Amino acid sequence: MGELKLMKGNEVIAEAAIRCGCDGYFGYPITPQSEIMETLMEREPWNETGMVVLQAESEVASVHMLYGAAGSGKKVMTSSSSPGISLMAEGISYLAGAELPCLIVNVQRGGPGLGTIQPSQADYWQSTKGGGHGDYRLIVLAPSSVQEMNDFVELGFQLAFKYRNPAMILTDGVIGQMMEKVVLSDYIPRLKDEEIEEKYGSWITSGRKNSRSRHVITSLELDSGRMELNNIRFQEKYAKMEEDEVLYEEIQCEDAEYLIVAFGSSARICQKAVDVARAKGIKVGLLRPITLFPFPKEPIAALAKQVKGMLVVEMNAGQMVEDVQLAAGCSIPVKYYGRLGGIVPSPGEVVEALEQKLIGG
Amino acid sequence: MTEELIIAGFGGQGVLSMGKILAYSGVMADQEVAWFPSYGPEMRGGTANVTVILSESRISSPVLNEYDTAIILNQQSMDKFEHAVKPGGVLIYDPNGIVHPPKRTDINIYKIEGTLIAAELGNVKTFNMVVLGAYLKAKPVVQIESVKKGLEKSLPARHHKLIPMNLEAIEKGYQGLELVHAAV
Amino acid sequence: MELAEIISPNNLIYKKPKLLTDKTMHYCPGCGHGVVHKLLAEVIEDLGIEDKTIGISPVGCAVFAYNYIDIDWQEAAHGRAPAVATGIARTNPDKIVFTYQGDGDLASIGTAEIMHACNRGENIVVIFVNNAIYGMTGGQMAPTTLLGQVTSTTPTGRDASLNGYPLKITELIAQLPGTSYVTRQSVHTPAAIRKCRKAISKAFQAALDKKGTAFVEVVSTCNMNWKLDPVEANIWMESNMFPFYPPGDLKDGSKNDPASYSPLKN
Repeated sequence: MGELKLMKGNEVIAEAAIRCGCDGYFGYPITPQSEIMETLMEREPWNETGMVVLQAESEVASVHMLYGAAGSGKKVMTSSSSPGISLMAEGISYLAGAELPCLIVNVQRGGPGLGTIQPSQADYWQSTKGGGHGDYRLIVLAPSSVQEMNDFVELGFQLAFKYRNPAMILTDGVIGQMMEKVVLSDYIPRLKDEEIEEKYGSWITSGRKNSRSRHVITSLELDSGRMELNNIRFQEKYAKMEEDEVLYEEIQCEDAEYLIVAFGSSARICQKAVDVARAKGIKVGLLRPITLFPFPKEPIAALAKQVKGMLVVEMNAGQMVEDVQLAAGCSIPVKYYGRLGGIVPSPGEVVEALEQKLIGG
Repeated sequence: MTEELIIAGFGGQGVLSMGKILAYSGVMADQEVAWFPSYGPEMRGGTANVTVILSESRISSPVLNEYDTAIILNQQSMDKFEHAVKPGGVLIYDPNGIVHPPKRTDINIYKIEGTLIAAELGNVKTFNMVVLGAYLKAKPVVQIESVKKGLEKSLPARHHKLIPMNLEAIEKGYQGLELVHAAV
Repeated sequence: MELAEIISPNNLIYKKPKLLTDKTMHYCPGCGHGVVHKLLAEVIEDLGIEDKTIGISPVGCAVFAYNYIDIDWQEAAHGRAPAVATGIARTNPDKIVFTYQGDGDLASIGTAEIMHACNRGENIVVIFVNNAIYGMTGGQMAPTTLLGQVTSTTPTGRDASLNGYPLKITELIAQLPGTSYVTRQSVHTPAAIRKCRKAISKAFQAALDKKGTAFVEVVSTCNMNWKLDPVEANIWMESNMFPFYPPGDLKDGSKNDPASYSPLKN
């Protein structure tokens, strides 16, 4: 069992990166996630594990540094907050198009534009449906505790390398700024160059050795016929993720007559709302998608047969509600409740919404 | 047992670090803890508040709309959080800077002359520890021994020489708590 | 004399570099890119570093550079080659990394990335081919387009009040403390080609010696979009480009000593 600490979510991301044998972090400061790079710089992992940490000139540069290092088989990551992720969108599309594994952390803040620095979940669509150009998907993990901030760093990397695809941790200022107890992971040594060669030698650009043909990392294919084949291959990969990698948590769903669906920090708030509502005699459960892509369609479809209605609670204007509606079908009402622009809903508000939108309605 | 607490005041009063020491104390006492601050520019000179939750079981929401206890250290925070205390709950305030004292009758209201006591101690920076002491008198959620361990854990080693002074401040605050109104 | 007698190793005076592939280049006749590619292939071969060199190709005419030189390549987004190179070089300090960029890629959309990579003194080589026009997209104004020069987006000639001034990016780069070697070359005559080859070789040697960023500008032509024939284009370059972008070394030495930068006073 690892070390028990009291830490902020953002600090834990940094600590987990060092401990999981990450080779490099490239980033640019933006509130509310600057503690990630600050913690790394303070920890000086280049002395301890050899991990590189670089403050880049912009988010644009950071994501392309990621591209370069990932293309050479290194385990690398960046982090930012909403406006910075928009700047990275170009690079994320290239990473997906060139099939490069890496980890991107988005500690969301309220938008659009410069918006606010307060917590938000308004980048759900950007993360799960695109954000950059072209048909691509990211593996999106939504932690709802500081412990999961720790756990999902290595999980994100594992999935990224398994599918040669960027993975994202989609969190927000609540989880990033909150301190909780966390059991830190044990150290995994960074891969040596020979080990990287053995594992990923079939595609990385590590210098063309005599025995092989040259490797080219690119997303470019001017022949549309071949580009279509590339796209079909990507779609098959995404379908495989939907088959094998869905993660979710069900809380008090066994006897539930109503269901709340919420992810990340909203799920924490809704957990309290479930307790409050149950104390009032309302039989409500909570389904928390942990992977936002692939989305837990099947458990939602199954619960749609059990409950009288669903309430989707998110800190945006109703984004995930579309996915829930698609999964649930039309036999029961699927309602939305949320707050916007950096306002975090309280458990009391959620219970009220449940009563007004589902039970009363 | 779960204690849901908000500490609210000005940036610079040591609100966040007081919450942090309490959270560390909770960890030392093997409790589940959550510490969730307001963050950003509002911290600089403006209002600052932090939610601290200590519990025997898994903590759900770090964001709350009502609290077992509110520690209120300026008027803006009084305006914002007096009504967020659960009926039968506890409100502790420092009268220094409070123009409109709390009016609720369904909660237990205490005052602590934290500013005065800290000044008497000769170090205004101990203000938050005085208030922490008062809180622990009203709500003995953790033992002083755990607080001592919490201080050791949360302060960098170069500041450990300040621990005795902080413990003294906690003690003064513990003794200085005055009941203003008992819940009816 | 039989053909086989003529084509024999002892008669060899010139050959295609081993690292240059047999793929037919897509460059227009008269373009300088092919020559610069050949020089790169020769230098990498001479230094024996093909097994640890990674090239970054740009967006622009040289986007397919990876088809022509038989080493590992990464194809970067427009302007981001120096960031991609930084990512590789930082996490693979033993590799040799170079970017190959045109004027739009390096001096317009990628200005931030090139300035900061050079300012940090990334241990990379930058090959910058400047022909004062956008070739791939069909002859639009480049940041390095000369005043008065006609392009498809400056049909009456570049006007400073409307389009700003031609950017002497290499002069800016030479002032950055992270660069050790900054030079401007051309490939329009055999003598110029020989000089350019020496410069490229020196730049790669600087990377091997971990001396910081080595930057080689190659002033070149785009006869197609300049609407001249190749010979006329070379003449136009000599008479118009060289006065404004004079060939020669701008910096030859080492990164600046941090001590020469005013340190903090307590």
